[in-house]
Amino acid sequence: MDFSLTAENLAYRDRVRAIVAETVTPDVVDRMHTTGTFNSPELNLALARAGLVERAVPGLGKGDPIELYILFNELEKAGAPFDGLAIALMIAGVVQAVGTDEQKQRILPTITSGEALVCMGYSEPDNGSDLANIKTRAVRDGDEWVINGAKMWTTMAHEASWVILLTRTDPELPPRRGLTMFILPMDTPGITVDPVHTMATERTNATYYDDVRVGDEAVLGAVNGGWATMMVALSFERGVMGGTNPGVALLRHFADWAAESGLVESPTCRERLARMAIDNHVATLLTQRSAWIAASGGQAGLEGSITKVFAVEAYQKAARWCQEMAGPAGLLQFHQPGAAAGGFVDYDARHSPVTTIYGGTTEINRNNIAERHLGLPKAR
Amino acid sequence: MTVELGLSADQEAIAELFDGFFAKESPVSVARAAEPLGFDRDLWGKVVELGAPGMGSAESAGGGGASLSDLVLVAEAVGRSIAPVPLVDHLAALGVLDDPDLVAGDALAGVAVRPADADGVWRLVPVGAVTDVVVGVDGDDLVAVRSAPPMAAPLNHGSAPLADRSARQGDRRVLGPAAAFQPVLDRWKVLTAASLVGISEAALRMGVEYVMAREQFGVPIGSFQSVQHGLADLPVLIDGGRMLTHKAAWALDRAEPAADDWRLNDIEDGSTLASMAFLFTSEGAAEATHRSLHYHGGYGFSEEYDIQLLYRRARGWSLVLGDPADEHLQLADRLFGPVEA
Ligand SMILES: Cc1cc2nc3c(=O)[nH]c(=O)nc-3n(C[C@H](O)[C@H](O)[C@H](O)COP(=O)(O)OP(=O)(O)OC[C@H]3O[C@@H](n4cnc5c(N)ncnc54)[C@H](O)[C@@H]3O)c2cc1C
Repeated sequence: MDFSLTAENLAYRDRVRAIVAETVTPDVVDRMHTTGTFNSPELNLALARAGLVERAVPGLGKGDPIELYILFNELEKAGAPFDGLAIALMIAGVVQAVGTDEQKQRILPTITSGEALVCMGYSEPDNGSDLANIKTRAVRDGDEWVINGAKMWTTMAHEASWVILLTRTDPELPPRRGLTMFILPMDTPGITVDPVHTMATERTNATYYDDVRVGDEAVLGAVNGGWATMMVALSFERGVMGGTNPGVALLRHFADWAAESGLVESPTCRERLARMAIDNHVATLLTQRSAWIAASGGQAGLEGSITKVFAVEAYQKAARWCQEMAGPAGLLQFHQPGAAAGGFVDYDARHSPVTTIYGGTTEINRNNIAERHLGLPKAR
Repeated sequence: MTVELGLSADQEAIAELFDGFFAKESPVSVARAAEPLGFDRDLWGKVVELGAPGMGSAESAGGGGASLSDLVLVAEAVGRSIAPVPLVDHLAALGVLDDPDLVAGDALAGVAVRPADADGVWRLVPVGAVTDVVVGVDGDDLVAVRSAPPMAAPLNHGSAPLADRSARQGDRRVLGPAAAFQPVLDRWKVLTAASLVGISEAALRMGVEYVMAREQFGVPIGSFQSVQHGLADLPVLIDGGRMLTHKAAWALDRAEPAADDWRLNDIEDGSTLASMAFLFTSEGAAEATHRSLHYHGGYGFSEEYDIQLLYRRARGWSLVLGDPADEHLQLADRLFGPVEA
């Protein structure tokens, strides 16, 4: 095995680091937590203008495929608002993989320029883990499709130009075979967006689709082939585009505060900092493995599940430790005098619970590992 | 492509060779029969025929010139079969020893992982009961001492050939200052980590096999989701530990010194990574063997079933270094700087 990055990789990484250092100012981070929108147009544009975005899109990028990992690993480690860009690039990857030439020409440039965001409409009020049974309907009407239904947790919908929408086109077929994926502009008449606020700072949305009319140009992948398109999207989501190294920023914030406050002299604290550093590095190596598999032409679905299960549980454990070690100062939020690590201790303790839920819950990932890796029978 | 996280063709061959060898020559029954000493002289003889003892030694010294990254594959195979031979310790010790009889495997070497006490005794050397030469720290020096092994061990948790060995009596050679021990200890940690990954994987396989065969309530217990999820956590620990161990070996094989930047999670130093790998796989192996034992139900606790052999060795092979909390604190010093006394 060779864990070294090439000179070219390192140059790419340094360019990302430089842009992050320049654009992800404390104000930008503060705005992210005040607005709940984990996206920074300045960052996206700066990365795009430097040509670092297009080359990283899975399957499209001319760069070394490992660059996609480098990009999001750097953004995540820096605590940058990268969710908007991650979703956009993930969907760009899906369009590149299953879209028509016309779709690629119409949609991809808007994303790779760093301008357009995309939101993902998979989950519904009554279907989260059980996506195969979603109810949003798309019905053929002449040359058009008419879409009706409700989606829940449509993150970035309030900023996005595009939505990728999982619908049911044939209720007579078995659940997975009657689904179709669409990609349509968010300003299509009939779409409404309501904010959903969360217990951390992050904002998401409920979205509603009332007689939304689109043509065949909006069908992404095959009609009734929505599940296959969905699998492509999920393989990216559980791969290398952030979400598997949340502990790095936490360790940095907390260790700096522990040094300032003198807490770092406590052996308990030092042991836990060492444990956090180990877990962070394991999470990175597992993510690198997914990146390497993807770069060698494979799909890291299973390895992605393994990585996610590990990384987010380690992060939750770390967040809990930090809050305990900080004592009451760990209860104070951003902008409160005396808040541990400037409020990040409280923030990570509030944010971390969602990480075993979104992007496929830990139970769903364990089912995946048990069935596909261990060869155990379907669970009862 | 840059980063290369697969095994090379040569490494695939090494892994296959040793897995095949130990699967054939050392099924778990061999480890069981070698209790309580934890050493099988005949098996060692076969290991010698294979050329394994000198595999990592320089070609100029009659060795195979294999890298630590290659030896990791051997150590993992030892772990998977819990083979009762001190190959891991021998390979680690040969990082600084090149006596022809050690390279050939006619004599055995081990590592005293903790310094000698004030009386010049290395306490509970991991394979001290059976090795001719022990290398370790005595005072300010790194020394190698050759003396007759006791060939008996105090009864212990992992049925390991533990023994106290003198750092002063016998044929004693000073190899360098105490600091020169660090590379030996790093090798020992990495190879031990690899063997713990192997033991974890063996425990997982045993567990999966058992839960598919055992039926309760009319179905295999492996179809119960709580059992599945308990086992599904193990590949997570195994894969993570394996990656970390390989990275540590890669870092130690690279001659260039490298610095760590924990703030950016850039960990490149071989000693740091060896410590991380050892700690992570120690916990992983304790967890994997325990879970697998648990899903065996009462049979897991019985002497007759093999999982208990793995459970005990997972602890025995790692705790010889001392309380892991101390190792964590040393790692913290390394990463974050020592605390002012
Ligand atoms: C902040 C946030 C942002 C999100 N962003 C998006 C987005 O942009 N787009 C989008 O489409 N979705 C998004 N989601 C939705 C997310 O993917 C779902 O919340 C998730 O898939 C779980 O679905 P659910 O919430 O309906 O929970 P449920 O599916 O009802 O699960 C509840 C509990 O039951 C467990 N469970 C369910 N099924 C099983 C099973 N078979 N075996 C064992 N346990 C099981 C789950 O693990 C969980 O613990 C977001 C969610 C949040 C909270």
